[in-house]
Amino acid sequence: MNQYALFLGCNIPVRVKQYEVSARMVLKELGVSLKDIRQFNCCGYPMRNTDPKAFLLSATRNLALAEKAELDMLVLCQCCYGSLKKAQVLMAEEGDLQEEVRLLLAEEGLEYNGNVKIKHFLSVLYHDVGLDAIKQKIAMPYKKLNIATHYGCHVLRPSRVTEFDDPVSPSLIDALVKVTGAKSVEWPLKLECCGAPATGIDDDLSWNLTEKKITDAKAAGAHYVCTACPYCHIQFDTVQQKRLSDNKKQDALMPAILYPQLLGLSMGLDGTLLGISDNEIDISDVISFLNEE
Amino acid sequence: MVFDVLLYIALGICGLGLMVKVFFWFSRKIGYKADAFTTSARLVAAVKGLAGIFFSLKIFTLLKVFIDILFQIHMLKENPLRWLMHILIIWGFILLLLMHALDDIITMKIFDDYYSTLNPYLCLRNVFGAMVIAGLFLAVWRRMIIRVPRMKTNAMDFYAIIILVVIIFSGILLEGMQIASPSVFLEMEEEYAALDDEADMRALESFWVKEYGLASATVKEPFDPEDIEWGQELNEEYCAYCHASNKWAFTGYATAKLLKPVAVGLDHAGALNFLWYLHVLACLFGLAYLPFSKMFHVIATPVSLLANSVMSRETSSPANTITRQIIELDACTHCCTCSLHCSAMMASKARGNPYILPSEKMVILKDMVKGKKLSPAQHGAIVEGIYLCTNCDRCTVVCPSGINLRELWLSVREDLVQKQGSEPMMLSPFSLVRGLNRNLLSGEAYAKPLQQTQKALAGEFDEITRPDRTVALQEEADKKWLLHSDDTDFSCCFGCQTCTTVCPVVKNYDNPSESLGLLPHQIMYCLGAGLTEGASGARMLWVCLTCYQCQEHCPQQVKVTDLLYELKNKAVQKLEN
Repeated sequence: MNQYALFLGCNIPVRVKQYEVSARMVLKELGVSLKDIRQFNCCGYPMRNTDPKAFLLSATRNLALAEKAELDMLVLCQCCYGSLKKAQVLMAEEGDLQEEVRLLLAEEGLEYNGNVKIKHFLSVLYHDVGLDAIKQKIAMPYKKLNIATHYGCHVLRPSRVTEFDDPVSPSLIDALVKVTGAKSVEWPLKLECCGAPATGIDDDLSWNLTEKKITDAKAAGAHYVCTACPYCHIQFDTVQQKRLSDNKKQDALMPAILYPQLLGLSMGLDGTLLGISDNEIDISDVISFLNEE
Repeated sequence: MVFDVLLYIALGICGLGLMVKVFFWFSRKIGYKADAFTTSARLVAAVKGLAGIFFSLKIFTLLKVFIDILFQIHMLKENPLRWLMHILIIWGFILLLLMHALDDIITMKIFDDYYSTLNPYLCLRNVFGAMVIAGLFLAVWRRMIIRVPRMKTNAMDFYAIIILVVIIFSGILLEGMQIASPSVFLEMEEEYAALDDEADMRALESFWVKEYGLASATVKEPFDPEDIEWGQELNEEYCAYCHASNKWAFTGYATAKLLKPVAVGLDHAGALNFLWYLHVLACLFGLAYLPFSKMFHVIATPVSLLANSVMSRETSSPANTITRQIIELDACTHCCTCSLHCSAMMASKARGNPYILPSEKMVILKDMVKGKKLSPAQHGAIVEGIYLCTNCDRCTVVCPSGINLRELWLSVREDLVQKQGSEPMMLSPFSLVRGLNRNLLSGEAYAKPLQQTQKALAGEFDEITRPDRTVALQEEADKKWLLHSDDTDFSCCFGCQTCTTVCPVVKNYDNPSESLGLLPHQIMYCLGAGLTEGASGARMLWVCLTCYQCQEHCPQQVKVTDLLYELKNKAVQKLEN
């Protein structure tokens, strides 16, 4: 199996540590080896609103570092993924901005020649590891567990840049969920934004979008919404929990579980190590859906 | 006498300086909560906090951190080369201070047999000096020769290196000169040997010239082997009991060898006096200036490390957090480890704003808490610098001084945006962490800077979009703000409004036009008509989630979301110019 340069981004190591831990555990079980490149910097995503040069330089430096290490990148965050893919497309074009980025990178002794593949964690599981190999590792399949799969905008769209899955009726995450024995429910707002990009800018808008989504998932009969992006996860988990405690409500509408947590548990990995208790909203109940084969 | 006067002056200045600095720890203000506490309230809180720690198990945490400080374990894990540099300098210097500078107060009291010219003291003094030199060499190597990217060197960094270089090298030169000096030899000979016979004198001097690095005007090589042999015997008899071979003082001995051709002349010219004054004055200057220089970190950094080991946002009084943050500014040694790992480092390069880098923010924050007036450009740059932060916490994780930069940014950021009123970076995902911490602020304080920023970016939007206003349509000549060459395909828009129909933001409002100013398809119309000024003021742009539904669904493949991004970029650029 290939080795990948693991791209964590900025949110995961601080705010969604359990995503990193669980993804590493699952990948290790599946024989995917990872290399940490400490020099990686911000993917550029948060700078896209304000400064194209800062965005493109940040993103491209990461590509150049991976290229130098002769490794493809394995990205955990949808927004990092979208930003890096966008930068890759932009750097394939000629222009003043591109030229400037190349010069600034040369000052750091780096160059980027387009020889890096950027892969999302889930793509690696689906395409490189394969559903069959995953299935063989499932020790305790779920029964009667309903999951609402949440794709996250920046892996799906713009599809011509992201090349992740069919943007209108994607199935990659659903297939990965089904392999664990859980059922993937159909829910109308599946492909909508989680609301995270507006957190801190317009919190009412942001929460309205989140609330609509989780209400929709609940109506579809889901027990959990399954995430694979720190922004989405923060929104469904941290922000939902904050809203609940602000409004003095006890029960969460819809807890969120990270895909590697969902998968790891069904592979028989230790829930504590997978960071189940690190989620803000309690998801310990998911264990009750596991069945010995 | 002169020495005593100078010493007491230096100690006085240093002591007063330390008192003033410690007073500043409690009186200077930082962060958005600073006005809530007076100096006396902060002093009381500190005493209470300290008492709480000394009478709890946290005292053991302090002991553990103290050991960490002694061996700089924090730094070893982060960067072994820097650790080696620092450990060589601090331990070399501390041991010189204790064994050599304070010999009559400390070393003599502990070791009965202490004599500065006897081993192991003679040799150790040189070993410690050599340690400092090796450390200084590494410091200069890192800062000036290999030029680590984003490691900036300012005047204070130069001062710190220069004062240590002057102290150590003047000391070695002084020792070298003492070894080579005929007058010093004569003095010692008179005091300890008092030889009457000229042949004896010549023999002893010859031996010292040959073996001990002495320079001489009277005896010259080649020496008579008998003289040397006799000299050695005399040396054994009169000198050896309180003077080991100068070769043990290897740095001084090497210097003496280098000085040999000119040593007699220098000795006559009073070089010994000059070097003694240089060495002593450099030491005393370093001592007196310590509280006001980067060297103050020898006190502030351990205090910061200890304080941070027992404090947390949940349990500590906010008054103590403010005090700690002022101490942390003194604890920063501008080592730039934070900036080497800063995730936003490339934004600093692209935007030409050094204050995006944490180490440079610390430098300007020091000036700001002192009340130094900043130019409007500097002020804008620091607000942007502190907001353009991905909150990845890497700086906090790697800081060898244990500074809680995460908390520092949080409190200073809020203070600055409240005062500045608007900052374009607020309307970007950089606001995530501010949003997650909104409970720290009142609803009004939280919303105000966001509203003001939107207003500043909207420019003359309201004026331009007034229904009764006539606008001239003209194609925009300069399309440089577009990222892709084919971005101009907005002209293919045939007005189907799919972009608006699929937009989750539009769907969120009962009256979207009123809430959002312009809807996505209207913004595309504006672009087609060359009305970018009007388009970039619409609130729609700044609450766009960039979910790409519009772009994905456009039957004409207009890059709607990308165009919204580019309009935002253009608006920010306009506001900045």
